[in-house]
Amino acid sequence: MTATIDRPRTGAPLPTKPGRPPRRPVDRLRDVLTSPKSGPVLVTAVLFVAVFIVGGVRYNGFFSGQVLLNLFVDNSYLIVLAVGMTFVILTGGIDLSVGAVVALSTMIAASLLQTGWSPGIVIPLILVLTSVLGLLVGLMIHVFKVQPFIATLAAMFLARGLCYVISKDSISITEPTFVALAVTRIPLGGGLSITPSVVIALAVVIVAVWVLGFTRFGRTVYAIGGSEQSGMLMGLPVARTKVIVYVVSGFCSGLAGVLFSFYTLSGYPLTAVGTELDAIAAVVIGGTLLTGGYGFVLGSVLGVLVLGVIQTIITFEGTLSSWWTKIFIGALLLVFIILQKVLTARRR
Amino acid sequence: MNALLLRTVSSRLFWPIVMLLVLVLINVIAFPDFLTVTVKDGHLFGSIIDILRNGAPTLIIAVGMTLVIATRGIDLSVGAVAAISGAVACSILLGSSDPGNPGTVAVAVIVALVISLVLGVWNGFLVSVIGIQPIIATLILMTAGRGVAMLITEGQILTVNSAPFKELGSGFWLGIPVAVVIGAVIFAVAALLTRRTALGMLIESVGINPEASRQAGVRARVLLFTVYAFCALSAGIAGLILTANQTAADANNTGLFIELDAILAVVIGGTSLAGGRYSLAGTLVGALVIQTLVTTVYTVGIPPIVTMVFKAAVVTAVCLLQSPTTNAAFAQLRQRLAARTARVKEAAAS
Repeated sequence: MTATIDRPRTGAPLPTKPGRPPRRPVDRLRDVLTSPKSGPVLVTAVLFVAVFIVGGVRYNGFFSGQVLLNLFVDNSYLIVLAVGMTFVILTGGIDLSVGAVVALSTMIAASLLQTGWSPGIVIPLILVLTSVLGLLVGLMIHVFKVQPFIATLAAMFLARGLCYVISKDSISITEPTFVALAVTRIPLGGGLSITPSVVIALAVVIVAVWVLGFTRFGRTVYAIGGSEQSGMLMGLPVARTKVIVYVVSGFCSGLAGVLFSFYTLSGYPLTAVGTELDAIAAVVIGGTLLTGGYGFVLGSVLGVLVLGVIQTIITFEGTLSSWWTKIFIGALLLVFIILQKVLTARRR
Repeated sequence: MNALLLRTVSSRLFWPIVMLLVLVLINVIAFPDFLTVTVKDGHLFGSIIDILRNGAPTLIIAVGMTLVIATRGIDLSVGAVAAISGAVACSILLGSSDPGNPGTVAVAVIVALVISLVLGVWNGFLVSVIGIQPIIATLILMTAGRGVAMLITEGQILTVNSAPFKELGSGFWLGIPVAVVIGAVIFAVAALLTRRTALGMLIESVGINPEASRQAGVRARVLLFTVYAFCALSAGIAGLILTANQTAADANNTGLFIELDAILAVVIGGTSLAGGRYSLAGTLVGALVIQTLVTTVYTVGIPPIVTMVFKAAVVTAVCLLQSPTTNAAFAQLRQRLAARTARVKEAAAS
C-alpha cells in the first residue's frame, strides 16, 4: 500500500533513473554509427578516405589534389545521375532508364548540332524532352499502378531504341561552344583545375541538398519513402510528389547526357550501357536505403567518389584488368547492403 | 453471348494471345509463306521454326523467372549467369585435348550447370537467409557476374570448335531443333512439377504472404532456395544454347539484356510482379510474343535495331491493359452492360 502512496502524482517531475550513467561521447558515436540514417554514410566516408590513403601509399603521384579533382572531372555526369536516382530511391522506387536516357541525350545533341542548331536551343530542348519522358513514366507508375521497375524498363527500351532511330553510328560533335566547354579548364591555383561540368554537377548537388532538406517537396519525398500510406493520411501531396521524382530523375538524366557529351564530344547509341547500375550502386553505397525513407544526396556523391577512386586505383595498378572494377563494385554493394540490413534490424 | 465475350476479355491470357495473333497476322500479310513449314534433309524449316528456336533461350529463362516472380522476387542476374555458364563450358572445351569428344562436352556442360546452380543458391541465400530485397540481391550478381565471366575468359572471346557442343545450339533432334526440344522439356518439367503437385500452390502462398505461409507450416526458406536455384539453372542452360549457337563465349554480350526479355515475357503473360498467382502458359505466350515481334520487325523491313522501340510499345500497351485502373474501367463497363440486359429482360417480361 505504501508503495502506491509514494508513487509521484501525475504532473510531478519524474526522478532520473538511477544506475544509468550520463551519455559518454563513445556511446553517442556508437549511436551515430549504428543509426540507419547516418551510419552507412559515415562508413562510406571512412572507406573513401581509407582507399584514398591506401592508393597514396601504394602508388607514386596518386596523393595529389589533381587526382582527387579528376574524380569529379571524370564522374561529373555520374554525380548528376546519382542525384536524380537518390530522389527516386528515397520514395522507394527505382529508375532503370537513366543510362539509355543519357545515350539518347548525347544522340539528340550530336545530331541536332550537326544540322546547325544552336546549343542555346539544343540543351534546353534535351532537358525538356527528358523531363517529359520522366513525367510519362511517373504518370504510368502513379495512374496505372505499373511497377516502377517495369515502367522505367519500358522507358529504357524506348530511349535506347530512339537512339538507333536517330543514327546507328557515332556522330562527333564539332560545334564550337560544346568543344569550348569540353576543353576549358577552370584553374583553382596551385596547378589544379576543374572543368565547367564539375561546376554544373556541384550546382545540381547543392540545389538537390536544399530541395530535399529544406522544402516541403523534399520532406514529402522522405515521408513517402517512410510510409506512403501514412503520408497520404497526413494529407501530403503523395500523388504529385511521386510523379515529380521521376521528372527530376528524367531531368537529371538529360543533364547528365549533356555533360557526358561535353566529356566525349560525340553521340553514340551504345554509350552508357549499364550506367543505371553504376548510379544505383553509388546511391546504395552512399547510404540511401533501397526501401526508401533514409538517405542523403551527399552520401550519393560520396558513393560516386568511391566508385571513381576504385577505378583510379585499377588504372594506377596497371596489371589489374578492367573487369575487376565490376567485381569490386559488386562486392562493395554486397557489403553495404548487408550493413544496411544489420543497422535497420537493430532498430526494430 | 455478351457474358462469354466479357469472360474471355477479362481472362489473363486474352490480351497476350490477341497480341500474338495480331503479330502473326501482320507477318502473314507481309510474307504469305510465313506459316509454311518445309522439310529439308529431314529437318523442319520455316519462319515459325525459327521463332521457336531463337525464342528458346528466352523461354527457358522466363520459365525459371516465372517461379521466382511468383514468390514476389525477381532475378536480374540471369544474363550474367548465362554468360558465366557459357564461359565455363568454352574454357573447359578449349583446355581439353579433344574438344570434339562427347564425353568432354558432357563434362563441360555438367560443370557449367553445377556452377550456375551454385550461383542460384547464392542468390537464394541472400534473399531467404539474409533477407535482402530480391532486386538488389540479384543486382549484386548481375554487376559482379559479368566481371567474373570476363575473369574466366580473360577478356577474350573464346571460340570453340566442337561438333557435339555446336549441336546444342544449331542441331536437330528428330527434325526438331535441339534448342526447341530443350525448351519444351524444361517447360514441361516446370509445369508438371508445380501444377501436378502442391509445389506451385506453396510457391504462390509464399508470394502472397511469406509470414502467413511460414506460420501455416510452409517451408518458405527452402522454397526460395529452390526457385532461385532453378532460375539460375535455366539461365545456365540458356547460356549454353546461346554460346553453342555462336560457337563462342563472349563474356560481354552473351545473354545481354536477356533478363529484361525474360521479365517482359513473364509480365506480358499476365503474372504479376507483386507475386502470387503465376501462369506458365502465359509466360510461353509472352516469350513467343517477344520473339515474333523481333521476327516481324525483320520481315516487315524495319531496321532491326529499332526493335527496342517496339518492345517499349508492347510493354507499355500490355501494362496499361493489365493495370488495375483499366480493369476497374472494364468492370464498370461490364456492370453497365449487365444492368442494361437486365432492363431489357424486364421490359420484355412486362
